[in-house]
Amino acid sequence: MRAVLRMAVRAALRALRRNKLRSALTMLGIVIGVGAVIAMVSIGQGADAEVQRQIRSLGTNMLVLVPGATTSAGVRSGWGGVSTLTASDARAIESEVPEIAEAAWIKRKITQVVQAERNWSTLVQGATPSYLAVRGWPLAAGTFFGQRDEDGAARVAVLGQTVVDQLFAPGEDPLGASIRVEGVTFRVIGVLERIGQNTFGQDQDDVVVIPFSTAERRVIGSEFLGSVDMIFAKTTGLDAVAPATERIQALLRQRHRIPPGRDDDFTVRDLSDMARASQETSRVMTNLLLSVASISLLVGGIGIMNILLVSVTERTREIGIRMAVGARGRDILLQFLVEATALALAGGLVGAALGIASAGLLSALAGWPTLVAPSTVVGSVLFAGAVGTFFGFYPARRAARLDPIAALRWE
Amino acid sequence: MGEPLIEVRDLWRVYELEGSSVAALQGVDLEIGRGESVAVMGASGSGKSTLLNVLGCLDRPTRGLYRLAGRDASALSSDARAGLRNREIGFVFQSFNLLPRTSALENVELPLVYAGAAAPEQRSRARDALRQVGLEGREAHLPSQLSGGQQQRVAIARALVNRPGLLLADEPTGNLDSRSSAEILEIFRQLTEEQGLTLLVVTHDAEVAASFRRVIRFRDGAIVADERR
Repeated sequence: MRAVLRMAVRAALRALRRNKLRSALTMLGIVIGVGAVIAMVSIGQGADAEVQRQIRSLGTNMLVLVPGATTSAGVRSGWGGVSTLTASDARAIESEVPEIAEAAWIKRKITQVVQAERNWSTLVQGATPSYLAVRGWPLAAGTFFGQRDEDGAARVAVLGQTVVDQLFAPGEDPLGASIRVEGVTFRVIGVLERIGQNTFGQDQDDVVVIPFSTAERRVIGSEFLGSVDMIFAKTTGLDAVAPATERIQALLRQRHRIPPGRDDDFTVRDLSDMARASQETSRVMTNLLLSVASISLLVGGIGIMNILLVSVTERTREIGIRMAVGARGRDILLQFLVEATALALAGGLVGAALGIASAGLLSALAGWPTLVAPSTVVGSVLFAGAVGTFFGFYPARRAARLDPIAALRWE
Repeated sequence: MGEPLIEVRDLWRVYELEGSSVAALQGVDLEIGRGESVAVMGASGSGKSTLLNVLGCLDRPTRGLYRLAGRDASALSSDARAGLRNREIGFVFQSFNLLPRTSALENVELPLVYAGAAAPEQRSRARDALRQVGLEGREAHLPSQLSGGQQQRVAIARALVNRPGLLLADEPTGNLDSRSSAEILEIFRQLTEEQGLTLLVVTHDAEVAASFRRVIRFRDGAIVADERR
């Protein structure tokens, strides 16, 4: 069998070279199929990696608590309704849940901000001094406010990049400038690094951060003292996310005196939920594109079958000669299978080059993030080979079942 | 002489063609001893080529017994018949039947490929076989670069390369001029006299038949004469 295989590979490569145009046209379907599969998977994986990067930039070991319940189906009710979370809840989480390293909490309101002649409607957040550390959000310039500013309800503000762009002329230094929010004058002491959109597409840089106490007393006001809109809690590590979530739920149910059987009046979310959701979306997209690309592979396989059937007819006499000198049915079968597989593998290799090139072109021209994984390339080329073997089987079996006498007499 | 190499008893080959049946062999009885060289003569359509195909395990008899070297060869599987064609039988055809666009050496190697020989052994045995038929130095030539007589000698080298006991030739000189024919017949003579090969040649050329010690005449699918000289 090894001698036959060696001969078959040599003969297949020779046939490939001899009929260059025919081989090229036969391979075209496989070339396009493999190229499309690699390009599609690269785009899908690139998008996936981009989402992963965004999530990592937010920190996956962070829990976000908002007021309002979640039903078991995941539909939120009472979102933004009664503020059921308080600053003392947040302090309790920080001190009583060992898996929580640090917590921060905010109040927020969308309102008008004025600087000189310009104004801009933005999200004003009253936050605790630990806010930037918990969110892992670096400063671009200046400083953030400290505990002294919080205690004294200081009128200082830190601006996001979008707000800087809207309120200040290019090149103008916002540090030390005065802005007015709801009739109160604030001094700008810092500017935040640009971090872009979150996974829901909201611009996170469109924000003004002021001390929590200042917001509560002078800007946003409060239904009752100490109510908060959001609590950010950073766990000690990734594997602490699940136990921390459970402890926080138990602690808050106890603090809010929720009897067993009733829903929580708050929601704990971790960012891995969002990661999973966006991953699921990109996976659905990738699978959809992949199935379209696979149809092209299927068509390519049928092309190989077609040309091989022609080839078997053309070479009937050759098959007869081989049988006359002792080729068994399975030797002939093997030879045509090798030929089909070689055609498909060659098409796969050309297609791989095409796919890698078009993925590179897409990210260069359209700016789409693409990721060409070696496993994708190797996998799709091998799959193309398997397609060739599969579709080569029928013509090969026809060749193997020829009657030696009839094949020798074929003109 | 002992047991004959070929033993045929009441051999029939019937073709079914569009409802009517044609009997190409009608009860042939034949014995051929080891080392014999035999010419089979007859008009075209007399069934002599059909006999050769059955004896060469290319075709299966419809009925009757065919024993090759003492073994029943009339009801073998197609794989087993391929094995016999590969090891025990060499074929030479009127139209040479070499693989086109394939060198003389690779054509001769072909039976060794299907015998599963290692590459270096294939090469050296194929070279030896080509030397034996006087084609040394022509190993890399393609069939289209060789004369008819040279092509037939390549075909003989291919038939002999696996050292079979039986050589079957169907009109081996039918496409050749008289000089090339004489060369082919001389090679056949050497093979039978010096190496003890058993040779069966189908021909309608009385001159060719004249060089054989035994001549079998065929008519309408049956043997009508079996002459020994």
